Amino acid sequence: MENKVALTGNEAVAEAMRQINPDVVAAYPITPSTEVVQMFSSFVANGKVDSDFVTVESEHSAMSATMGASAAGARAMTCTSSQGLAYMFEVVYIAASMRLPIVFAVANRTLSAPINIHCDHSDAMGIKQSGVIQLFSENAQEAYDNMIQAVRIAEHPDVHLPVSVNYDGFITSHALDILEILDDETVKNFVGVYKPEEYLLNVKEPISMGNFDMYDYYFEHKYQQVAAMEAAKRVIEEIGKEYEKISGRKYGLIDAYKLDDADMAVVVMNSAAGSAKGVCDELRAKGMKVGVLKPRAFRPFPHEAIADALKGVKAVAVLDRAETFSTLGGPMFGDVRNSLYDLKNDIKVVNYVYGLGGRDLRLEDVEKVYNDLADIIKTGKADNFVRYLGLRE
Amino acid sequence: MTAPREFINPKMNWKQLTKAGNIYEPGNSVLYETGDWRTNRPIIDREKCINCLICWRYCPDASIIPDEGKFGSFDYKHCKGCGICASVCPTHAISMISEDEIEKEEEAKENGK
Amino acid sequence: MATLKELSKTKERFVGGHRLCAGCGHGISVRMILNALGDDENVVVGCATGCLEVATTIYPYTSWNCSFIHNAFENTGATLSGVEAAYKSLKKQGKINDDFKFVAFGGDGGTYDIGLQSLSGAMERGHNLVYVCLDNEAYMNTGIQRSSATPMGADTTTSPAGKVIPGKQQPRKDLTAIMADHKIPYVAQTAVSNWQDVHKKATKAFETEGPAFINMLSPCPRGWRYDTPNIVEIAKKAVETRFWPLFEVENGKWKLNYKPKRYVPIEEFLKPQGRFRHLFAPGNEDLIKRIQEEVDKEWLALLERCGEEPELPPR
Repeated sequence: MENKVALTGNEAVAEAMRQINPDVVAAYPITPSTEVVQMFSSFVANGKVDSDFVTVESEHSAMSATMGASAAGARAMTCTSSQGLAYMFEVVYIAASMRLPIVFAVANRTLSAPINIHCDHSDAMGIKQSGVIQLFSENAQEAYDNMIQAVRIAEHPDVHLPVSVNYDGFITSHALDILEILDDETVKNFVGVYKPEEYLLNVKEPISMGNFDMYDYYFEHKYQQVAAMEAAKRVIEEIGKEYEKISGRKYGLIDAYKLDDADMAVVVMNSAAGSAKGVCDELRAKGMKVGVLKPRAFRPFPHEAIADALKGVKAVAVLDRAETFSTLGGPMFGDVRNSLYDLKNDIKVVNYVYGLGGRDLRLEDVEKVYNDLADIIKTGKADNFVRYLGLRE
Repeated sequence: MTAPREFINPKMNWKQLTKAGNIYEPGNSVLYETGDWRTNRPIIDREKCINCLICWRYCPDASIIPDEGKFGSFDYKHCKGCGICASVCPTHAISMISEDEIEKEEEAKENGK
Repeated sequence: MATLKELSKTKERFVGGHRLCAGCGHGISVRMILNALGDDENVVVGCATGCLEVATTIYPYTSWNCSFIHNAFENTGATLSGVEAAYKSLKKQGKINDDFKFVAFGGDGGTYDIGLQSLSGAMERGHNLVYVCLDNEAYMNTGIQRSSATPMGADTTTSPAGKVIPGKQQPRKDLTAIMADHKIPYVAQTAVSNWQDVHKKATKAFETEGPAFINMLSPCPRGWRYDTPNIVEIAKKAVETRFWPLFEVENGKWKLNYKPKRYVPIEEFLKPQGRFRHLFAPGNEDLIKRIQEEVDKEWLALLERCGEEPELPPR
């Protein structure tokens, strides 16, 4: 039985965590994810969850303690943003390579310097090679739904990887939105009870974890992670189908919006996808054949699904809310262009870096992008393929 | 996890190795012999030994094998010849003999045959 | 008080076949600490990156005859906090029924310096675990670099005894006191040379409800450059010269466990070690004097804290 409520993104995430009722949460506050930590603390203090809450003294310790709990055999979660995620960087890699099914929420906020509490995706992009699964959420509904599915994805025997659920700081985390939440029993049954096969608190079968590899074993252990990421693509879709049965909402690796006959497409993640869809609808009404591709999974990168969705498109604009400082634009640009390379058609792909440090993406900006794409198709040229949207140049 | 497994070796592929490098056999390092690190070997004089087991307590490699609360034997497969046991023994019942000397003696015995 | 005879019949939780140096203090220390647990007790060991961890868990071998987790260098306190929190949570929910003890091992690097934050957090939050610092007074695993536990005057690769600067200039940090000031129920300082002291303290630590911290002097033959078989003698000298006093702080009450009967000059501890050799070069007498003054000052302060008469032992 579903339930329409008005919640902010942080409230939605905290609600999902309450319903998941993990055994342990170890977290540290940082804007803009602080509220999740606060709300969860109050659930614990009021006996609304069975979780043990560890008020760690830093984010590095937050992921470390979450890892210790997960390795011990508990279902463990945490949440953070920005500098916090950067601080736990080495531990995130270790959590992934120790194959611990930790789910952690990230209210995306930019990285210093200069210090800025507002949204962009540079925090998440910092860990894109860590081996964790990264899901991106357009709004509070998706953040809520992703958190619940993340538990099943992470704990799937073919996966066993941490899953991070990303949603835009302030834009999604603090804005009041309308969403449907499932009832407690449904979520409880969906996530099930965590029954690990390998865990420290196993009296009959003690285990040594976090061991030392020489060059004769390390490469193979890394490949195990590659295989798990490959399997994750299938598992994300499977769990999405299961979730559709209980929620009525469809989830897969990507969200393809009006792409079937589109000539122009914008590829964008998180809240800006909402703006893009809005503009897309307006331009469609004017007869422009436009569409939006919203990757839900960024890691693993669903390159097959993306190549398939964009194969008929003539011009693509990839909107990145982070810089790579490679002079080749943003992180998703490279991955998308890479995915389309083997189509060997004349598809033009350009990059727009936007919204850094919370710079607003206005509807006019998105419209400009589509118009630029139309120009590209008309002239057949896409010089200067890395562009900046909303920057005072 | 309870099924006996073939012992991990560097010829195995990624599917055969344990997940994440986890090790399921606690204390299996006893299978790895460090005895060949030695240049000196501890020898016990059982006449002098009072079975105080101080040598057992101070061995970093758990290479003094006790026997019912008494000194049993040295674990020469793991003993690294650090000489701590000889140093702490209150009755000087343990002496450190050079492995080279022992090898020579054994060769001599062989040749004498 | 258990006898060695009795202890020798118990389970060995740290076995041979590891690749620690011949004569390593850590091998002895870990065996002593874990021996304080009963055979039927379950334990999870956490360990910081360092000689102990890298030498004892080389895939596919492990020297740990129990559950073991290594995470990174500076987060043993946090990692084991998570394990303990999981235990509490799972037990409370009836998901597991067995009892467990938790013990963390970290070198002075992973404890005094890079690991101080997560240790402090773990102790402050009151987790029911024992943290044992195996103090060999430098970052040994990376090749003998100074830590805040390195004694004043010691030669290390990052505080070398040079022509202009003769070794480490700063005195040691008193981590045991810092831990006592965390107001945890049990804190103790011990040394590998005195197995009865170690056993008593480890037993108490494991029986403590809440956090317990043990700082254990664990000499390194490579880094300290003494004659390898003489580890017990060196550690004894550390205690006799009052360089490394043996004391406990139980529920805030400081207690001195051993008071040397005579004044043993610090030279007796310094002389046998290569890392202090430069102090005996002519012209460096003042350095030894400084070290002696520091030791005496700390000793008197400790006596006061322990409610003992603040006086030096008779010469």
